[in-house]
Amino acid sequence: MSHRLSDEHEALRKSVEEFARDVVAPQAEHADRTGEFPYDVIRQMGEMGLFGLPFPEEYSGMGGDFLALCLAIEELGRVDSSVAITLEAAVGLGSMPIYRFGTDEQKKEWLPALCRGEALAAFGLTEPGGGSDAGNPRTRAVLDGEEWVINGSKAFITNAGTDISNLVTVLCRTGDRADGKPELTSIMVPLPQPGFSASNKYDKVGWHASDTRQLSFDNCRVPAANVLGDRGRGYAQFLSTLDEGRIAISALAVGLAQGCVDESVRYAKEREAFGAPIGSYQAVAFRIADMETRTYVARCAYRDACDRMLAGEPFKREAAIAKLYSSTIAVDNARDATQVFGGYGFMNEYAVARHWRDAKILEIGEGTSEIQRMLIARDLGL
Amino acid sequence: MNIVVCVKQVPDTWAEKKLSDSDKTVDREGVEGVMNELDEYAVEEALRIKEASGGEVTVLTMGPEKAVETIRKALSMGADQAVHLVDSGLHGSDALTTSYALAKALETIPHDLVILGVESTDARMSVIPAMLAERTGAAQLTFARKVEVGDGTVKIERQTDTGYDVVEAATPAIVSVVEKINEPRYPSFKGIMAAKKKPLTTLTLGDAGIESEKVGLAGSGSSVAEFSARPPKQAGQVVKDEGDGGSKLAEFLASQKLV
Ligand SMILES: Cc1cc2nc3c(=O)[nH]c(=O)nc-3n(C[C@H](O)[C@H](O)[C@H](O)COP(=O)(O)OP(=O)(O)OC[C@H]3O[C@@H](n4cnc5c(N)ncnc54)[C@H](O)[C@@H]3O)c2cc1C
Repeated sequence: MSHRLSDEHEALRKSVEEFARDVVAPQAEHADRTGEFPYDVIRQMGEMGLFGLPFPEEYSGMGGDFLALCLAIEELGRVDSSVAITLEAAVGLGSMPIYRFGTDEQKKEWLPALCRGEALAAFGLTEPGGGSDAGNPRTRAVLDGEEWVINGSKAFITNAGTDISNLVTVLCRTGDRADGKPELTSIMVPLPQPGFSASNKYDKVGWHASDTRQLSFDNCRVPAANVLGDRGRGYAQFLSTLDEGRIAISALAVGLAQGCVDESVRYAKEREAFGAPIGSYQAVAFRIADMETRTYVARCAYRDACDRMLAGEPFKREAAIAKLYSSTIAVDNARDATQVFGGYGFMNEYAVARHWRDAKILEIGEGTSEIQRMLIARDLGL
Repeated sequence: MNIVVCVKQVPDTWAEKKLSDSDKTVDREGVEGVMNELDEYAVEEALRIKEASGGEVTVLTMGPEKAVETIRKALSMGADQAVHLVDSGLHGSDALTTSYALAKALETIPHDLVILGVESTDARMSVIPAMLAERTGAAQLTFARKVEVGDGTVKIERQTDTGYDVVEAATPAIVSVVEKINEPRYPSFKGIMAAKKKPLTTLTLGDAGIESEKVGLAGSGSSVAEFSARPPKQAGQVVKDEGDGGSKLAEFLASQKLV
């Protein structure tokens, strides 16, 4: 098992690293402060093909793979989590289910604009009443002639309220199964849509420039043909979407952890106290060495999970481990980086302060740390 | 219009640059190599011309084995093919000998136009474009901030201290570009994958008909006699505004002969 990148993957990583450093990083503080969605950065990412990385060229994709996507997310996450999560959610949650489960027609209709980054798709699973127990939604869809009528609401949904959001796939209860469990179906709701509304942006702790909203469906009608793949497959679809998504979120967490190392190393060489650079004091140097160690191990974990997935091997446990570990160490690194920066680490305009605020959600979104532990324990037969 | 873009690999702009103690040349081994920044603008300009009016873009690089990374980047941006002039005999070449070697290599590539950056970030001599023009007998259009190609002609806006001059010449011509000219693209994954399959020719001194005694350290007309580290940064001068801040600033600038 080797996690050295191929020449092509390394070239892509470098290309995104340069883009992140030259284009994304300079706007990160402004976007964080104002909460403005970074349309211009997203457009340029679209031109670079980042939104089409894991999809075939026939859908305007780049013909790459999931690892290519993870590398792009990791490099963006080093400098700006809001931009990285916008890509992660757009591809991992928005486009991927359409590519995996959609009919030929649905793929042809939706993927090209999504791959070019001209449009964003969202995935609505979580509800105000609960996210961890996602197999039990209250949002209902009832077939009325040739149309689904959707009623209910979804909470904390990424990418559904931007000017270029054109689709949200919603997990709905469409009936009851013989075993008493709800029948769940993913229904594609093109945006805008009568009966659909998105709230104002939430006032969040971090990820300020990422678009997160509550969605309401009030007798929202869409054609019966808008079922993603097959009726009743919603539960299986989102479970498998989330398994993959964990690897991508893990890549984002590793990016943030690395960004904390980058900033800390630079600052520890520059900043002087008691007549010497603070990095010359072991307490600071060892702290940063630990940050680097955790980042390295977390990176190995997500790349291994990704390898297994691409090889068609079982990868659920490894994906859960990667997500759990990398999000934990992202929070650790962000806390340690702010410590290295002293008072400046508590100032919002500093990247490490932003990383600190952006890190916490990684332990919550796409399955909380508790849910990851449940998955791992269950896989161990407990 | 067929275009050759001269592309150089230089030590990472962000890294600390060093000269090697043994032969006083830039230490290229210890640091990561990147494409010379201005050459990215040159590649971009060539690609834009090609996309607008057809033709082929060939990358020409003189440099060690390692420079192939930079060639790949230019190919993944969209250049069609590349020529890599690589020979241990070239090590230590100065501007004069480099221009000779590049001119010889250019003879092996049919072209109408050569585009390059006005300078490289490692040596910063800014003389290669003019020397190349002189050696090849092509027209010299330097410091371009805008390029327009016509039928057998090329017209540029030449950046000057106060504005720009419009300069036009018949091809073949050598054009050097400044960074105002465009915004270079970042290679896409599709471009990176495609680059693998693009033709890359390597030339030795013999292949290009370069006389070995005219290049390298020995063939160079200039040599580095001595070097020392840059002195540490001095503390800046703080001007306190007591109603006369403006004139104090002007005084300072004047004392530095900046205004
Ligand atoms: C910024 C942001 C963006 C998001 N984007 C999206 C999106 O695009 N699409 C989407 O569908 N969702 C999205 N989410 C929702 C996110 O996935 C959920 O918040 C998350 O899954 C947790 O659900 P919850 O908030 O309802 O917490 P709850 O499920 O209510 O959990 C509360 C606490 O209880 C714990 N808990 C729950 N059940 C158990 C158990 N059985 N054993 C032990 N502990 C348990 C949890 O771990 C947690 O600590 C986003 C959230 C945020 C904040």
